[in-house]
Amino acid sequence: MQDFFDLTLGGISAGAVYAALGLALVIIYRATRVVNFAQPALALISTYLAYSVTKATGSYWLGFAVAIVAGTVLGVATERLLIRPLRHRSELSSIIVTLGLLLVLQAIAGMIWSNEPLAFPYAFDFRGRFSANDLFVVLIVLAIAALVLVVFKYTPLGLRMRAAAFAPDVARTLGVRVGLMLTVGWGMAAAVGSLAGLLATPPFLFPNVLDGVFVYALTAAVLGGLDNPLGTIAGGFVLGVGLSYVSGYLGPEMVTIAALAILVIVLSVRPSGLFGRAKARRV
Amino acid sequence: MSVRTSLPRTTAPAVRKKRTLPPLVRHVLFALAAFAVVVVLTLVTDEFTNLRIATIGYYLIAVAGLTLLTGLTGQVSLGHGAFMFIGAYTVALLVNKVPSFPLWADLLLASAAGGFAGLLAGAAAARLRGPYLAGATLALAVGLPALTRKFPDFLGGSNGLSFTVHSRPSGVVGLVPELRWQTWIVWLSVLIALVLVVNIVRGRLGRDFRAVRDDEVAASLSGIAVGRTKILAFLVSAVCGGLAGGLQAFLLGTAAPGSFTPALSLSLLAAVVLGGLGSLWGALWGAVALVYFQAWSEDLADVLHLNTDVANNLPLAVYGVILIVVVLAFPRGIQGGFQRLRTLLPKPAEKKENHENH
Repeated sequence: MQDFFDLTLGGISAGAVYAALGLALVIIYRATRVVNFAQPALALISTYLAYSVTKATGSYWLGFAVAIVAGTVLGVATERLLIRPLRHRSELSSIIVTLGLLLVLQAIAGMIWSNEPLAFPYAFDFRGRFSANDLFVVLIVLAIAALVLVVFKYTPLGLRMRAAAFAPDVARTLGVRVGLMLTVGWGMAAAVGSLAGLLATPPFLFPNVLDGVFVYALTAAVLGGLDNPLGTIAGGFVLGVGLSYVSGYLGPEMVTIAALAILVIVLSVRPSGLFGRAKARRV
Repeated sequence: MSVRTSLPRTTAPAVRKKRTLPPLVRHVLFALAAFAVVVVLTLVTDEFTNLRIATIGYYLIAVAGLTLLTGLTGQVSLGHGAFMFIGAYTVALLVNKVPSFPLWADLLLASAAGGFAGLLAGAAAARLRGPYLAGATLALAVGLPALTRKFPDFLGGSNGLSFTVHSRPSGVVGLVPELRWQTWIVWLSVLIALVLVVNIVRGRLGRDFRAVRDDEVAASLSGIAVGRTKILAFLVSAVCGGLAGGLQAFLLGTAAPGSFTPALSLSLLAAVVLGGLGSLWGALWGAVALVYFQAWSEDLADVLHLNTDVANNLPLAVYGVILIVVVLAFPRGIQGGFQRLRTLLPKPAEKKENHENH
């Protein structure tokens, strides 16, 4: 029973990270109908920058801040340079372009910082059952998620963003700068994604470190409905705990396969996700 | 879009009048000619180039399979390396555990194993589309190679399995070097598979594929079983992937998880996109590019004395840039460029002959 308890606690903090990266995917998907496959690479570059800054200055939090800012800038640049020209093209185009960006950024990270694992610090003490670091991870993700939801729901900016996403033409007529809103969305998402990268990376940083995390984040987002930020956060925690059991009882090698199985089973039963509203939308 | 009716196909003879040979015969003749070209190429080049030609061969069939899936039916797979993984391990296991099996049986079983996995993936994929399918197949590419660590005794852990195949019959041992013989075997298998793929693409099933890609609702209204067609596309595509992996294992004598990273799957997709989505000729250009970008980036790294970190990552960076630039600027890829060139030239027949004389 002790095991079960430990696995549950471990799963909660892992799940927080999946929820955060999943949230980054959902923010972009809501606004632009693009799944940003480059999200883990944007987060990767910011995390490497955090590594370099932390190493140079000795301050974890300075690196942390630099990563969030760099992530935002990268997200904005991605939207402006790569995604905007594809506005009227097929879904496949944006999938392929973001994958291309994923490859380029991972390669650049490997070129600059090498493919060898580098030691990357935890924010707080990570030892023991549900350590200070675990608590920090869960709290900061919940805080950020709450902030994102409040911005979306209760601020003029959030209203404009929702308008730009759901009815761009009407919004434009009413004076909303739709393009700007999309860019803001990408910036916000990339900032949240970078946060997830910082939390998910320790103890070692290497170019593929976020591949698995990204698969789980995508699974969490799909479980949540891909359109539904609250569902994604719930999906992240459910998945984190579920995969923690898989890892504990079946072995860590089975986790990705289990995530795939969960994804397929859930989508077969509920095409719009566990928490998605039953809408006439084909998956 | 194809329309299915139960009427006899009265238009068929009219079409056939233009081309005197039935398509299958034409394709077989073409494959024989291609095989002759490969044999000549391997005879006039050194061992190193032979290996590259063989590598192009197995990439060609993998890329062709993915072209059929992504280009023709519009299903994105980011996990095609996983089918190669299955094919490679099938051959490795068969050679090690059942050495009495002939090579062709090993390769056939590798294709079948890939196909079986494709059937499962396809059954799941038929319900998914776009980003959902891409995500699920990416999970396959990330997750499957990890299984080697779950069963280290059986699958060799992260070092993988190694083995030796003596494929040369005793009669040719003194005449043909091992690698050259292997290159022939690879290309022979690939061309046989390609003839089958081309016939599928040109036939009724191929029309169904395109109909499903263009408009699922219209396709199902005209009597095409959309789900079944999608699964069939996955099956054929995965058989190609399994064969490609099996040939790779046969050529290199190893099967290791490090060869089947998600980056492999993504570079296969890069090859499809670069060659030209939906064209099997494009698959050839894509496969050649896949091998030669790797080779050129190694040469470039040598010439410029780039450090190993840069050199190791250069091919991936190139594939990534290709994906971005091609989608933004040349959506029809290399084959699309050739087709445009042909329509732009004043007298295509004459010009084409001139090109071939060079």
